[in-house]
Amino acid sequence: MSASRFLCATSVAILSACLSSVQAADALTIVSYGGQYTASQQKAQYEPFTRQSGVEIKSVDYNGGLAELVAQVRSGSVSWDVIDVEMQDLERGCADGLFERIDIGELPAGADGTAAREDFLPGSVHPCGVGSVVWSNVIAINDEAFTDSRKPQTVEDFFDLKSFPGKRGLPKRPNALLEWALMADGIEPAAVYQALSTPQGLDRAFRKLDTIKEESVFWETGAQMIQLLVDGEVAMSSAYNGRIQRAISDDGKPLRILWDRQIWNADYYAIVRGTHDKDAANRFVRFATGTEALAAQARLIAYGPVRRSAEALIDPVIAARLPTAKANLRNALAFDAKWWMEHGDAVNERYAAWLAQ
Amino acid sequence: MLVVPLLSFIAVLFVVPIATMLWKGIYDAEVADLLPATTRSLALWSDEGKLPPAASLAALADDLRTLDRSGRVAELSFRMNRKRHGFRDLIERSAIRLRDEGTKLEDIDSRWSDPVSWQVLKQATEVITPDHLLNALDLDRMPDGSINRQDEGRRIYLRLLGRTILVAAIVTCICVVLGYPFAHILAAAKGKRRTVLLFVVLLPFWTSLLVRTTAWIVLLQRQGVINELLVSAGIIADRHRFALIYNFSGTIITMVYVLLPFFVLPLQAVMRGIPGQYVKAAASLGGSPIRVFQRIYLPMTMPGVAAGASLVFILSLGYYVTPALVGGRTGQLISNQIAFHIQSSLNWGLAAALGTILLALVAAMCLLLSRFAGQGRITP
Repeated sequence: MSASRFLCATSVAILSACLSSVQAADALTIVSYGGQYTASQQKAQYEPFTRQSGVEIKSVDYNGGLAELVAQVRSGSVSWDVIDVEMQDLERGCADGLFERIDIGELPAGADGTAAREDFLPGSVHPCGVGSVVWSNVIAINDEAFTDSRKPQTVEDFFDLKSFPGKRGLPKRPNALLEWALMADGIEPAAVYQALSTPQGLDRAFRKLDTIKEESVFWETGAQMIQLLVDGEVAMSSAYNGRIQRAISDDGKPLRILWDRQIWNADYYAIVRGTHDKDAANRFVRFATGTEALAAQARLIAYGPVRRSAEALIDPVIAARLPTAKANLRNALAFDAKWWMEHGDAVNERYAAWLAQ
Repeated sequence: MLVVPLLSFIAVLFVVPIATMLWKGIYDAEVADLLPATTRSLALWSDEGKLPPAASLAALADDLRTLDRSGRVAELSFRMNRKRHGFRDLIERSAIRLRDEGTKLEDIDSRWSDPVSWQVLKQATEVITPDHLLNALDLDRMPDGSINRQDEGRRIYLRLLGRTILVAAIVTCICVVLGYPFAHILAAAKGKRRTVLLFVVLLPFWTSLLVRTTAWIVLLQRQGVINELLVSAGIIADRHRFALIYNFSGTIITMVYVLLPFFVLPLQAVMRGIPGQYVKAAASLGGSPIRVFQRIYLPMTMPGVAAGASLVFILSLGYYVTPALVGGRTGQLISNQIAFHIQSSLNWGLAAALGTILLALVAAMCLLLSRFAGQGRITP
């Protein structure tokens, strides 16, 4: 009897302690990819926001993907408030009801007075999230692997094993890769997704991939990709521009980015449905995607700001290395997350089968 | 009474998760929850050669309007598209057009006048579904209920399952060949020599799996230690470096290395328990060393071999990190696909079904091995 009373008392005590700690915590939990990327967010966005609003921010790292978030939202115990997601996850999470709605009308105008609607790059404001940085799928080469004076310049060269022998690095997921395969086969960037939607176009992309399959090394993570390139295991690889740029400018590695037909993508801040403080989360998202905060981040990491007004505030030397630089966007393709949402399941399965064969 | 903590621990951390996984592989109420009226109405519809009654069409229209008002149409269209490609477009178009009062489903799209669409919808509303398990076996349930193999280009899981078993078998065989002599030396050793040998076996456990796998990358890659040595010694040409990693062989080499101690340790324990007099007695009766080994020593060590081998085999079946890091394209195993469906595609039903099949495989192997090793002498 006394034991059960004791148990009861303790559990009540623990419960109330838990509850009070929940109520007391007015900190926002913001989830992002970690490493230097999160470091740039902390410096450019989290810390200034805390100084301005007094709201503490707890930074949490994750590996991308929505599995953890789905588990939180479905079980009803949400501990995350704001999450940094890539376009495809935003689209899918939005469809799955994981995020709060965001109204573009509420976003502040740019520092130069441009209304938010014109200031943001097309597609970078979504009903479920606001864009922050533009990053890009590019082809990167190890300069030392090509000793001749003629070096690869284009996507066609990536698929040309005769003129440019050497191993190719390919991702274990088909995103962006199928698009390149078709473009290397002569399809204009503007017509790529239309072509991929037909069985013939998809077959054509896979046939093109067949031509380099045996000479390819497949990587799982961005870290692996960089390692393969730097170690000379592959001569050129499909890559993310930010990591390559860092290897070049911070570590002096002999790598180079081919901006030819880069496939740009964006990261978004989204508010988790069921956040404990929707108002603070909203204020954070508006602050972090403002002109100043975005420009500050672009100075720290080689990703482009999604606001045009922010680009004007960046040193031209740095701006030229970003996916958003005019010269780099010349024949770029915008990653179509909607297309991937519609076709992703079937295409991923086919790609996995292609890999296993 | 004293076992209560252990029992509850096992129940919470072992039985419940596995039961949940098995359940998730066959139970999927997502579409039924999104379309409650339609689900109830279609459950009564049995004549599948014809269109369902008008009440069902009206129920679906009502459900779609409700979803549209709460902004949840995409949740449905996404799930239906997974079931049958093209449904995303059909459902989203229908939801938008239904905003006009008085619009009827059959006027929006001719597909709603086709019984096949309704058969697909009815299948999707079934809460207990064989679909995930069928997909995990590269099969597909057609709208009329018949079961076909997946299209050639989408068959993947049986192939990966076959490869997983093959890798596990090869790794186990190599472990037996490499580990048996070593276990014998270890069991026979005494004093300092034994300490040193045991230390060598246990050393890998002191370092994380990730670090050890990365070390193998340094050794095996094209510009790695082994290839560099062979090239500088003039044994192979610079252009013909061996591809030892990021393929099937990379997975095998690294897995053998990681799993070898799991074979050696149980085996040497069994070997130490065998009194030396037996072998001596057999030899004194005139048996040649080979015959003594064959007739006396080997049979007595078999329980150890079986225990070690089954441990290695079963651990191999679920291997995930190593193939992901060093397997490249041809060294991927079934667990890598399970991880993909959990983390990226969010198709947890399919992931659970794949897990179920893997679990059944392990259970079958356990039964087989215990029978092979005889009278339940081993408990892996």
